[in-house]
Amino acid sequence: MTATAAPAGSGRRPRGTARSWAGPAFVAGYVLLLLAFGVLPIGYAIYFAFTDGGGSFTGFANFVTTAQDFRFVDAIGHVALYLLFWLLSLVVFVVGLALLLHRVSSGWAGQALRFLYYIPGALAGAASVLVWLFMLDPTVSPVSSMLGSLGFHTFGQVIAPGNLPVLFTVIAFWTGAGGWIVVMYGALNNIPTDVLEAARIDGAGAWQTAWHVQIPMLRKWIVYMVILAFAGGAQLFVEPQLLSLASVGVAGRDYSLNQLTYDFAFQMNDINGAAAVSLELLVVSVSVAGIFIARSRFFDAD
Amino acid sequence: MTVNKPLADEKAVPRKRRTAWPAACTVTVALATALSACGGAAPAKTTEDGFAQAAQTDGAVTVWVDATRTAAAKQYQQLHPEVKLDIVSYDGDANGSNYLQTKVQLFNRTGKGWPDVVFSSQNNEVTWAVDAGFAAPLDKGLIAADTLGRFAKGANDVCTVNGTVYCLRNDLSQVVLWYDAPLMKQFGYTVPKTWEEYQALGQKVAAEHPGYLVGDAGDTFTPEIYLWASKCGANHITGPKAVSADTGGPECTKMAQLMDTLIKNKSMSISGVFSTDFAKNEKDKVLLMPGPAWYGGAVFHDTLKTPEKTIGAAPIPQWQGDSAPATGNVGGGTWLLSQHSTHLKAATDFLKWVTTDNAYQGEKAPGFPAYAPAAENWLKAQAASGYFDGDLGALKDASSQVWPGWGSAQFSQEAIWAATVKPGLTQGQTLVSLLPAWQDSIVKHAESFGYKVSQ
Repeated sequence: MTATAAPAGSGRRPRGTARSWAGPAFVAGYVLLLLAFGVLPIGYAIYFAFTDGGGSFTGFANFVTTAQDFRFVDAIGHVALYLLFWLLSLVVFVVGLALLLHRVSSGWAGQALRFLYYIPGALAGAASVLVWLFMLDPTVSPVSSMLGSLGFHTFGQVIAPGNLPVLFTVIAFWTGAGGWIVVMYGALNNIPTDVLEAARIDGAGAWQTAWHVQIPMLRKWIVYMVILAFAGGAQLFVEPQLLSLASVGVAGRDYSLNQLTYDFAFQMNDINGAAAVSLELLVVSVSVAGIFIARSRFFDAD
Repeated sequence: MTVNKPLADEKAVPRKRRTAWPAACTVTVALATALSACGGAAPAKTTEDGFAQAAQTDGAVTVWVDATRTAAAKQYQQLHPEVKLDIVSYDGDANGSNYLQTKVQLFNRTGKGWPDVVFSSQNNEVTWAVDAGFAAPLDKGLIAADTLGRFAKGANDVCTVNGTVYCLRNDLSQVVLWYDAPLMKQFGYTVPKTWEEYQALGQKVAAEHPGYLVGDAGDTFTPEIYLWASKCGANHITGPKAVSADTGGPECTKMAQLMDTLIKNKSMSISGVFSTDFAKNEKDKVLLMPGPAWYGGAVFHDTLKTPEKTIGAAPIPQWQGDSAPATGNVGGGTWLLSQHSTHLKAATDFLKWVTTDNAYQGEKAPGFPAYAPAAENWLKAQAASGYFDGDLGALKDASSQVWPGWGSAQFSQEAIWAATVKPGLTQGQTLVSLLPAWQDSIVKHAESFGYKVSQ
């Protein structure tokens, strides 16, 4: 409604004034939500992390007690290993598949592939994990013969502790990579054709073009993806939590740091400890993002 | 809506550029007040029946039940159409999911939302629900003393904190030895009376009829069937926040060795009776199955669809030379009443009906009722239904033989077993070799909940 009224008004106004409020107005909506659902909860968590149940200041006591929990170090190890697998596979396969997609983008095949990559991303997070719970149970899986040939005959064998990082990576990749492939594909389309043409005239093959021209020009997008994927991966929760329910607690219980915060808050009635761990996650994610941004000159103008 | 307002105003005057900030602050402050008001003051309360009661109002009684107990709530609704009942189905806290505790913690923060009556399939809820101010004391006026007195001996021990009863036991889950009578006859076997005979029979089955099972060791409650019955001291609750855990005693190793032998010769499965694998591949192979009272309904009748006149119940075997019979116990649900209920009269009436009335407990309940008069009736009803082979007298005897040295604590023994022992069994490790790791895990979990642990 305001959109139809705006052109009439802006015609009479000097252009400078219009610009002066349009920007902040658009940002304001986001800022409000950011404050309400981002900054304010963080402030709340900081308050909790440094106080006890009665609200009196405790310094770093919550951080110390949670770090001494016998599951804490294990959970860090689990999440670190998962992040390694997840980020590596994400960067390698997403960039690889996007380049491939860009190569075959001519017409029908490219469109079909793009659609296929994206479909899993359209399923909501928990639902796609449930799909995998069926895929991984040899008694009901549509690919049970494949699982069988890999030596897995029961659900219990599939979800052995050593397999979990790989399983969670596969699930997360299947759920989340499609969207990134489409984003990377868009970024590849933004590379001017004359650059690619110049490379071809200079005698660069597909491999050399990808390695020396396309990937360097995708750098910022890759950094962007890694930052978001790191923050998401560090908060690993849905996959192990659902797996733990499906396997009646055999695998995935207290696996990640986020699950540990959930346990602290709701099983052990230690909201303050939970806030302390979540604050640690925030600090780690923000620091990693900072390092990546600084190292990659993310905000430099081209 | 408030978000839109400043934007509309801003069209008029350019200086409105600054208005976004005050608006943002207003919303922020409003949110902050809302958040801080969450734990705010409650309306005046009157102390009665041993606790401070909220002002009573009319309205629907909210009842949380698991899928199995939904039938009970619906039956009550049918018999009492004048009572408004809001039946909410949840997972019943099965396998230590802690759903109820999670929700109550949240309700405690927001100051509203508690259900009036809750069923839980776990019997350790009072270990947190009393501290959380959720469970109402029941023996201080709400439930008559003679009603409480008619529950089976010890049935409400798991509901008692410092001498006060905070929940009512739904069913007893004493362990017995279920067997397939026609199959036993066909193979020419007799039901074993001692664990030694049980092991010998397992070895015979493995040799003569490979594929048939004398038991299952794949469930999270496996230790409560075998190791509890064997008097293994893994979970001896010695005080409100004290536990003694020793998995190295001869009672533990003896049973672990027996199970290892039978797991190795495959007469004991490690799938778990509720796994997809078991239902698909092993449902016709059950010759013997040590398990709790509710196996009769939940496993044989509902899950495995065993035909009638097939399954019988015998006493759980004993070690040779043991003087007094002992058995284990797997759960046995409990009903809790909320202290915050504003419909205490109607809620208490429902609670009393669902735990003691013959219409449900005596006839329809799938498990062995904890309320003794209802249990009598239930046994008669089971005999009349003709599903089981012979009578279920073994259940009645076992109800008073549960070994008291295994308790119920805030940490979940089932969760510990599932995460520590089960993966090892799946990978082919022996139970005996896993006993130290099991104890270590019990100690760590108990300590993280603030328990004093002696080993």
